Amino acid sequence: MLVNQLAVFLENRKGRLKELAGVLAKEKIDLLTLSIADTEDFGIVRFITTDNDRALSALRNAGFTVTESDLIGIEIGDVPGALSNVLKVLADGDIGIEYLYSYARTEEQKAIILFKVKEVGKALDVLSRADVRVLDRTLE
Amino acid sequence: MLIYDEKHECASQEDMRSLQLSKLKKIVEYAYENVPFYKKKYDAAGVKPGDIKTLKDIERLPFVEKSDLRDNYPYGLAAVDIEDTVRIHASSGTSGKPTVVFYTRDDLETWTECMARIVTMGGVTKKDVVQVSFGYGLFTGALGLHQGLERVGATVVPASSGNTERQVMLMHDLGVTGMVCTPSYALHISEVMAASGYKKEDFKLKWALLGSEASTLEMHKEISRRLGVFPTDNYGLSEIIGPGVSGECLEKNGMHVNEDHFYPEIVDSETLEAVKDGEWGELVLTALDKFGMPMIRYRTKDITRLNREPCKCGRTLVRMDRIKGRSDDMLKIRGVNVFPSQIESVLMEMPEIGGQYHITVKRENFSDVLEVAVEVADANLLSDYGNLQKLVQKVKHNLRVVLQIDAVVKLVEPLSLKRFEGKAQRVTDLRNKKEF
Repeated sequence: MLVNQLAVFLENRKGRLKELAGVLAKEKIDLLTLSIADTEDFGIVRFITTDNDRALSALRNAGFTVTESDLIGIEIGDVPGALSNVLKVLADGDIGIEYLYSYARTEEQKAIILFKVKEVGKALDVLSRADVRVLDRTLE
Repeated sequence: MLIYDEKHECASQEDMRSLQLSKLKKIVEYAYENVPFYKKKYDAAGVKPGDIKTLKDIERLPFVEKSDLRDNYPYGLAAVDIEDTVRIHASSGTSGKPTVVFYTRDDLETWTECMARIVTMGGVTKKDVVQVSFGYGLFTGALGLHQGLERVGATVVPASSGNTERQVMLMHDLGVTGMVCTPSYALHISEVMAASGYKKEDFKLKWALLGSEASTLEMHKEISRRLGVFPTDNYGLSEIIGPGVSGECLEKNGMHVNEDHFYPEIVDSETLEAVKDGEWGELVLTALDKFGMPMIRYRTKDITRLNREPCKCGRTLVRMDRIKGRSDDMLKIRGVNVFPSQIESVLMEMPEIGGQYHITVKRENFSDVLEVAVEVADANLLSDYGNLQKLVQKVKHNLRVVLQIDAVVKLVEPLSLKRFEGKAQRVTDLRNKKEF
């Protein structure tokens, strides 16, 4: 039900992201999503790949600090107001979002929203009652 | 030029040697009889107090090191009961515990007299108003200078450290003529003065008695240029007495050692054999008449050399050169002793970070900055930023508890810090790079 995401600790150093992408490229693993948040000194790179299990071990072998976490993924229409509606559902359900990122599936005119919450069960509950489409592990 | 204690400061070599020898015999016997640590040490080395017949015989006595103070913490090296102890001071030790030292009333008197000589060497008289900007407390710097300044009759402003804007205001409003601080703080004060719109002509400053950290002649010149003061260096360490061991006179050509109280030797830091007069080596000091906690042949680990030529100022006291470095890894950061081993012991207790670290000391805005880089070992912390920020705060807090100063903590990737097969090089000190 939940989407599996990997997170890697990166220092703000030139070329570090390239090295991370290089490890995945060598393993022929495709990135589906990528999100980077940074502070002055370091950043957390969050991403989903076509094969998270292999990506995890390849990165660990290459010396990266990697962790897995579960996100809720939903699909909404790529139209004005769609995100606002979903956020209202969550807010009404008293669910706080720790972080969120998105990407568009242009051909289908859909947007994928991925986010992290503490109360996963409760969030899934309010989303399904509002008829929001929740994605599975393969983002389908 | 004034000399506070002409009898001792200008004594002939012969008189000085004979005074030193009689004091040395007495203190060695006193230590042997009153401190089991010395008795044990001397018995093991097969040397008795009666073996001291000449000053050269001091070389037969074993050395005392900082670790001896730690191993005998807290009261193990005291020679007198608490009822005869009137003051305790402390500095940071090589591990979590401080190095504590004890003073009898006579010791405080000796210290005060020595400080009075030093402040006089630096130009201060009873006509001066002197602001002490060292932190008052366990640290010997502030109270040591304070006592000496009062002894010569100067007006003391015990401002303590911190709150630089207020320091500047006091200096201005009270017409302060002398300042006591670290060289880097003197420069910082000058910046705050400039930032507050003051010019050096707005102040009556004449003297700067600088201590508690090593400095360069270039730094002194800059302090003089910015503040219009005549800067002098002084030197000391709590194990021996605190500041007051030696100080520069206005000739600024070496620091006069109060050698009737503190007997200096220079040894090769590898062989521990005496070097020839004038050669560089490690300074070993013996407090000739300190009775609360006798300190005989203490290895300061400071690198300097001695000059026995009489000084143009009229003093005959032997002069020691500016401290060139240390023979161990102790760092002086904003006047506080910091040992890498203290930092290591803090980090090792935190499983969230790896066993590797790197310490960088640099100078920003004329103030020392301690930066500690640690590797993030616990991947679970990556679930959100708050965890990483909390980790940084926790490392900072734990370091502060042990070091008493703030460090900048930098999280780095695992395995990114250099690994060492032999002796690890975990400290980069960038402060001695030229900054002007």
